Amino acid sequence: MSDTTRTSQSSMPPERLLQLDNVGVHFPTRDGLVKAVNGVSYHVNKGEVLGIVGESGSGKSVTARSIMRLQPKNAINASGTIRYRCKSGEELLINEQDRLGRTMRNLRGNEIGMIFQEPMTALSPVHTIGTQIMRTVMLHRQVSKADARARAIELLTKVQMPRPTDIVDRFPHHLSGGMRQRAMIALALACDPALLIADEPTTALDVTTEAQILELLKRLQDEMNMAIVFITHNFGVVADIADRVAVMYLGRVVETGTVDEIFYEPKHPYTQALLQSIPRLGQSHGRRLRTIAGMVPDPFNVPTGCSFHPRCMQAVGGICDVKTPDDVVFASGQRARCHFAGQDRQAEAAQ
Amino acid sequence: MLNYIARRLLWAIPTLIFVSFISFVIIQLPPGDFVTAYAAQLRNSGDYITEAQEAAMRAEWGLNDPLIVQYWRWISNIVLHGDFGRSLEWNAAVSDLIWERVGLTLIISTLSMVFTWIIAIPVGVYSATRQYSVFDYVFTVFGFLGKGVPDFLLALILMWVTFVWLNMDVGGLVSPQFEGQPWTIAKFGNMLTHIWIPLVVLATGGAAGLIRVMRANMLDELRKPYVETAYAQGFGERTVVWRYPVRVALNPFISTVGWALPALFSGDVITAVVLNLPTTGPLLLQALKMQDMYLAGSFILILSVFTVIGTVLSDILLALSDPRIRFS
Repeated sequence: MSDTTRTSQSSMPPERLLQLDNVGVHFPTRDGLVKAVNGVSYHVNKGEVLGIVGESGSGKSVTARSIMRLQPKNAINASGTIRYRCKSGEELLINEQDRLGRTMRNLRGNEIGMIFQEPMTALSPVHTIGTQIMRTVMLHRQVSKADARARAIELLTKVQMPRPTDIVDRFPHHLSGGMRQRAMIALALACDPALLIADEPTTALDVTTEAQILELLKRLQDEMNMAIVFITHNFGVVADIADRVAVMYLGRVVETGTVDEIFYEPKHPYTQALLQSIPRLGQSHGRRLRTIAGMVPDPFNVPTGCSFHPRCMQAVGGICDVKTPDDVVFASGQRARCHFAGQDRQAEAAQ
Repeated sequence: MLNYIARRLLWAIPTLIFVSFISFVIIQLPPGDFVTAYAAQLRNSGDYITEAQEAAMRAEWGLNDPLIVQYWRWISNIVLHGDFGRSLEWNAAVSDLIWERVGLTLIISTLSMVFTWIIAIPVGVYSATRQYSVFDYVFTVFGFLGKGVPDFLLALILMWVTFVWLNMDVGGLVSPQFEGQPWTIAKFGNMLTHIWIPLVVLATGGAAGLIRVMRANMLDELRKPYVETAYAQGFGERTVVWRYPVRVALNPFISTVGWALPALFSGDVITAVVLNLPTTGPLLLQALKMQDMYLAGSFILILSVFTVIGTVLSDILLALSDPRIRFS
């Protein structure tokens, strides 16, 4: 145990921007302790898009918020380290920072931008789009009001907002959902962040607008060489935008790998089951879509052993319901948290 | 925006005409009229006037004219000459009786409202941002006590305490030796030693309620995603709270500023009676008790006018503070 702690304190490889090791976030509630995030590890390299997929309640948003230290006030940071490489090159242990301290405030909006799920309510209803962007610019950069305004118009142009010089003086309620999400992105990019956390940014939008926003994010990511942590529950969106994928289930990352690995060679039964439950074009008609049996267990009674075992088609009694699996690491770097990862062919043959 | 203000002001005009007409009808509602009441007054003091004299007076005052003609005479006198008619009980022009009281009432009301807001808003914001903290509970207890204790009781207790322990008589707005004197610096200074009691009494009652409203509004607003967005921009807690949710949570206050005006005008009657304050409340109460029609009618008219003006005012303020109102 002490060994793993030591290794997690060593420095990150130079291309690494963000690294989470064994992060745990718990919530005390009246009915007991909810372990919303239970030992999550993932990393993001500079200029890379990491997609995080999982059902509601799998802990993906809470994990992302602990990168910003913006969890609800009652959250307990139970374990783990979050390391971030600043623009200056210096490494920062985010989990040791004070939630409202100067370091975190300087990081937010400046080095790390964040966009949210609800563009309708995520912007202040009583301030113009321009005012909101200008405040952020003026907070982190010593610029005049006129320069900040010019920057706001520049950003709105960058996110392909129609009529940016007009929109800059408009209020959020004048804009459509797609335009608000563009304004939100402009706000998050105000100070050229090295990392953008996108928490289901397209979930509340219709499919056409979703495609436009994804296209925009991809282009901006390419232009600015910015890393993105893209949270979603939609595999299609992940395939579109991500370089690597982390699949989460009940507060744990169950599998990580490149997009191709996850889609074509999923090693974890949960990932496999999820992919089989997506309807595909060209699939034979008349076949019922596969579903995952059972429900997500309630967070107070997380199953012992592998938390997925009650719903797993390949679970083996006496192993899966007793022992918590470790990460199985493959040569390519793909990781799966399953006792039988890599042996699933035999398991399938046995069925 | 100018368009909106102009439209609101234009709408206020027919409303004002309508309420002034209703006020006049109310004056006319009690059986009998000015002359009947005047004759009764004379009879009480031992004098006597004949039926013919009464009829002559009615003709002279135009009391036999149709209601609409009388209304026109009444309202044009008020608008053109500032003449509100005569008070029967005081045997003086209504305008001589009320304006000083209206002025004093406005001063006390405005000051107490300012104090109410100064207390209620920061405390409400604190209680919401530190929900269930020790001080939140302390303020909650204070709030319910302040809301539960009647204003006049608090006034009595304060008067008794200052009389017994500080040996000061703080009833009335000035000490007896200054009453009826012209306003001097000495009289003003004396007023300051008296005015704090009604201010404290009115402000605690008002603040207690407003703290609860502000706390509830803030709790609603603090949960909204735009607050998280503001934190995610790197602003400190104080900046986030005061710039964003407070701005939105204040809107319900602003929209009720207009009602505060007439409420403060007539709502503090009991406190004013207990404290023997020369404000409008006690005079209105007296006028209603004595069926002093023109005096009561003038008060009703002034109250209605203040309500209309206050509503227009708060509409304009709200439109200034909340852009969503302007365009709907």
